[in-house]
Amino acid sequence: MGVEDNKILISHAPHIWRGISTDKIMYMVVFALLFPTAAGIYFFGYYAIYLILVSVVTAVLTEFVIKKLRRKRFIMDGSAVITGLLFALTLPPRLPLWMAALGSFFAIAIAKEAFGGLGYNIFNPALAGRAFLAMCFSKEMTTWVLPPNFSYDAVTGATPLGESFIYNTDKIFLYKDLFFGNTGGSLGETSAMFILAGALILIVFRIIDWRIPVFYIGVVALGSFIMGKDVLFQVLAGGLMIGAFFMATDYVTSPVTKRGRIIFGISLGVLTVLIRNFSNMPEGVSFSILIMNAFAPLIDKYVRLKPFGFYKKRKNA
Amino acid sequence: MKIVFKKKRSFRGLPLPENKITAEKSIENLPVPEKVVIPLQQNIGASCEFMVKRGDIVKTGQKIADSEGYVSAPIHSTISGKVLKTIKMVNPVTSNVMDAAVIKSDGEDSRVKCKKLFNINESDDFFGLKRIIEGIDKEEVLKKIREAGVVGLGGAAFPTHVKLKPPPEKKIDTIILNGCECEPFITSDHRVMLENGREVLMGLYIINKLLSPEKVYIGIEDNKKDVIEHLEKLIIRMNLEGLFEIVSLKSRYPMGAEKTLIKTITGRSVPMGGLPMNVGAVVNNVATAKSIYEAVIEDKPLIERVVTVTGVVTNPKNLKVRLGASVSSLIEKCGGYRDEFNSIIAGGPMMGISFTDTDFPVTKGTNCILVSKRKLQDEQNCINCGRCVDACPMNLMPLIYVRNTKKKNFKVCREYYIDNCIECGSCSYVCPANIPIVGYIKTCKSELSKK
Repeated sequence: MGVEDNKILISHAPHIWRGISTDKIMYMVVFALLFPTAAGIYFFGYYAIYLILVSVVTAVLTEFVIKKLRRKRFIMDGSAVITGLLFALTLPPRLPLWMAALGSFFAIAIAKEAFGGLGYNIFNPALAGRAFLAMCFSKEMTTWVLPPNFSYDAVTGATPLGESFIYNTDKIFLYKDLFFGNTGGSLGETSAMFILAGALILIVFRIIDWRIPVFYIGVVALGSFIMGKDVLFQVLAGGLMIGAFFMATDYVTSPVTKRGRIIFGISLGVLTVLIRNFSNMPEGVSFSILIMNAFAPLIDKYVRLKPFGFYKKRKNA
Repeated sequence: MKIVFKKKRSFRGLPLPENKITAEKSIENLPVPEKVVIPLQQNIGASCEFMVKRGDIVKTGQKIADSEGYVSAPIHSTISGKVLKTIKMVNPVTSNVMDAAVIKSDGEDSRVKCKKLFNINESDDFFGLKRIIEGIDKEEVLKKIREAGVVGLGGAAFPTHVKLKPPPEKKIDTIILNGCECEPFITSDHRVMLENGREVLMGLYIINKLLSPEKVYIGIEDNKKDVIEHLEKLIIRMNLEGLFEIVSLKSRYPMGAEKTLIKTITGRSVPMGGLPMNVGAVVNNVATAKSIYEAVIEDKPLIERVVTVTGVVTNPKNLKVRLGASVSSLIEKCGGYRDEFNSIIAGGPMMGISFTDTDFPVTKGTNCILVSKRKLQDEQNCINCGRCVDACPMNLMPLIYVRNTKKKNFKVCREYYIDNCIECGSCSYVCPANIPIVGYIKTCKSELSKK
């Protein structure tokens, strides 16, 4: 905000800026996402590259066109790239390309821009796009392939959390495969190791708050333990890792206060455990996050900070 | 006896790039200006009324304006000469129109003579002065401080005599001398402490005498190690060990804000809407302490102050300036502009006010003139990242204020305690979307005060 008067500017204090802009943050996240992306390409082959490219390009193009239609300025701030990339990472590795494009279009056009663009969306656009596809093409969205070098020679198979998933090896090997990503599942969700590597960068540079993923995963572990499930398996399998680190931590759709974020993480964990154990869906991460996205504004409304110098009024004073 | 104490834990503040390029530069005198413009509203509180009129001959240090208000301080002529005219000008802080006197120098700089409080010999050393201070009459000293027009020189310019005379039911047990200077670029307090440490400590001794507290702290950020060492030596030499305690604080913005300083040193939180005296503390700036000394002992009203002139000027300097000298004369003294610039700021980069007119005078609250080249970026959408919430030293939620001010829901902001905001600028500084949050907060506050 500045009014130019000859050449000297009048502007509000402060007159310096840290310079960590939205774009920088967004491209940091894109960089971190390249780790699980690389893992997805490694495990699921070249087709993954096409899927990712189609999603990202569709997302950016959609945003560009809509901004032009709304006569708003298009800023290449990287948020559309994140949405496209994140969306691609949640897809089954052999989804037809046109479906990916459709989902990516939905994510940007309906879930983001229709609400007013960056900062105004209620739901995480990538997850909304995925949920849209899951409703429309439930068969294609649950057709999984196994990485070519998987322990046994099936080409299509269930994801680890599916009911028909069986394994005949030692548990240690199962954990190892889950950790490195050598298992069936969505493009970017299989390799816990690569997701953690990317997430670690974001946490170290304080781009994301550790509270959400730590409480989310912690509560899922605790819940699985109470339900008598294999804790390590529940934590490593499915989309929990990528959901907790990259989707639940989306600024726009998560609370702003630290306490609010803890509540957010805990609620996510509870919802995920409930969906995994009591619904007929094998996986609950994306829907837990979407449900909690809707509650984030409510959490912000009721979890307020105590300002400096706030004293409770004594009753009889 | 231990004098310097280190505070390891501090409130969560921001580490800022310090840019204290003038820290090593000794204070230089700006020659007595040919012409001064003296605004009548230089401090918080009531505006003063003229006591002189056009054509009057005034002397250096002569009172030219005063006010009946309790929270007010008189204003003095800073040079000797003739009142050329009285003009109206806009107060850049409040945007109100205020009166100002334009005085043309006669080149003599002859001082006004007035009754001294004490008879002081040139040979009186500190111990002699200490004895004199021991015997002072509190009321008379307070009157002297008021008559000298002493106000807080840290920037806010609150009349000092009001601070030093708390209502009798409020017991003051802690005095804090604020030598933090947490804003980047500014070094005027730094230099004053180094070069006038004796006067500063004597001023503090007078404050101590007036309020007789249990504890007297001198809070200094640990980026000024030389000052800490210097004052430590002085305290030993002046035999003030055990009375004054230096607290070395971590350099975090805004450490020098009253509330955060009191919290860091004493652990007490000033209640919302309250004053430091609600928790038994009084905070004074180091330059203020120096001018208290000058007012009480040397009988010199507040007519000059040290200003840091920095940024893209050829020779950044710390200048001792007569109040009312124009900003352009300061910049000229520093060799003019070194490079392209597009903003001139009175005060520090975090809380200073930008202005366009370089004829604007130096006032009591001007601690720095910063000339800079600024790249203006467009405001983007708030992405709800919560950085402003984390950065706020007052534990507020700045993004709520922006959202609701845009929607004109000013009352909602009050529910979120907008009045508690100290406008330190931390939120805008960290905002990735480059939203001028403080600007929105100021708009909202002024809308709220209208109703």
